[in-house]
Amino acid sequence: MNDPWLPYSRGRHADPVDGAPALLTEVLVVAYPSAHGPALRGVSVRLPCGTCTALVGPNGSGKSTLLKAVAGLLPVISGVVRVHGNPVGACHHRVAYLPQRGEIDWGFPISVERLVLTGRYVHLGWLRWPGRRDRDIACAAIDRLGLTSLAGQQIGKLSGGQQQRALLARALAQEADLLLLDEPFNGVDARTQDTIYDAMRDLRGQGKTLVVATHDLSRLGGAFDATVHLQAGELVSPPDASPCCLVAEKERAWTG
Amino acid sequence: MDWLTEPFRYAFMQHALLAAVLVGVTCAVLGVHVVQRRMAFIGDALAHTTLPGLVIAHLCGWSLSLGGLGAALATALLIGWASRRQAVKEDTAIGVVFTGMFALGVLLMSRTRSYRDLTHMLFGNVLGVTTRDLWFIGGVAVVVLLVLTLFHKELELTAFDPTHAEVIGLRADLMRFLLLGLLALAVVTGIQTVGVILTSALLITPAATAALLSDRMPWRMLLGAVLATACSVAGLMLSFVAETSSGAAIVLSCTAAFVVAFAARSTWQQFRPAAGEPAKKDESNAVAPPEEVSRCN
Repeated sequence: MNDPWLPYSRGRHADPVDGAPALLTEVLVVAYPSAHGPALRGVSVRLPCGTCTALVGPNGSGKSTLLKAVAGLLPVISGVVRVHGNPVGACHHRVAYLPQRGEIDWGFPISVERLVLTGRYVHLGWLRWPGRRDRDIACAAIDRLGLTSLAGQQIGKLSGGQQQRALLARALAQEADLLLLDEPFNGVDARTQDTIYDAMRDLRGQGKTLVVATHDLSRLGGAFDATVHLQAGELVSPPDASPCCLVAEKERAWTG
Repeated sequence: MDWLTEPFRYAFMQHALLAAVLVGVTCAVLGVHVVQRRMAFIGDALAHTTLPGLVIAHLCGWSLSLGGLGAALATALLIGWASRRQAVKEDTAIGVVFTGMFALGVLLMSRTRSYRDLTHMLFGNVLGVTTRDLWFIGGVAVVVLLVLTLFHKELELTAFDPTHAEVIGLRADLMRFLLLGLLALAVVTGIQTVGVILTSALLITPAATAALLSDRMPWRMLLGAVLATACSVAGLMLSFVAETSSGAAIVLSCTAAFVVAFAARSTWQQFRPAAGEPAKKDESNAVAPPEEVSRCN
């Protein structure tokens, strides 16, 4: 993976620290700039490399907040976030964040292919165009999610499920090690759910780490190594699984 | 063919043509971003707020271009700053600032003797463009087009998906400031050709026309540039033949192009009931029911 000449962030593209978990948070407190109280009140999780974790909890419990804080979209009030042993922002290229669909201007005049290509920008930085290799990677990701016939379409002409797949294709094209997926199964058709699920399984097979905020554990419960339950910005320990058992649970067969 | 080339035998008409085309192309290409980001109102405001800068520069004997540029850049920074803090809604803040600045300009104007010079600022005087003006306009054109080319992928990404931009460390507000700065530059050159009041037409109308005809950014920019060139030539010819205001003639040519494109698009859509559309509709219908189901889970 070649480094950009002029990276977007001043922080260098740091290498992972040996033996560090893919994601570590310690007593993490995060607040939205405009809100009164914090949205996360001291959350500690430790997710080893190569695991797939479900982030569950009712609306407003802080699932998205946790993902956004890890992605560097929200300021950390106190506590620690480490991605592969590095602070947030030191390794942008290793973190892919799949936003909820509503955060994108789908009317923008851009094709699916170019949307997926934006996943390569972190590796390019300022003043460098996507090259042949970037295009090949983008095309492979588009193909992987079954969007090849739509690659030239303007993004607003896709259905909801297709849009979600396009966003996941971009996350794949980024070739990140830690993928943060915010409600990828929300409001999509069954075919898209299957495709996303398969892609998740592939990623995990490649040793990537996934954190998936979701409502829907009933259908996909078998897809996850562990579950992190959030309620009102705090961790709750369900009887069957808790974050501290993750390492043991990782050994469990990937069923489903 | 004589009637076509005849007006452009005069040196002042050649200057005017060069200025109008350069300004038109710069504004049209930049305008594609402005229209897509719904910044049309900001463009209009920037043009209006240059007036006090122009008048003060005129009174002090400074360069008008620099006076206007100073006022426009100050406003651009103010707008960018105000939109980051949500104390007042952005469009409200713009509305308050730009009318106030414009009124200040008019007030200053009414205190000066040479009212006539200043009406050129309001309505433009492309026929009076000097060689020095041309160098300034050419310089701005080069800077704007170069920056838009070099930062195209960043401008595009921050416009449609600022979240992803932030995740990869690219600051969306930085790109917005950059765009506002370019807008200030383009607006000052626009004032030379069509004046303070009509400058936003150069930014909006050709870009809006191009948006009717294509759904790709590069195509829109190319189309906008071609349209702006054609409308500048047509407008200047019109003003020469009919002896009317050149700025208004250029803007009206742009408006006419928009109307034609709008009519053509509507007609085209009526008579070709969408080749690719049925498949797309089916898909979205098929998707709708599961959306409801999965929300309930």
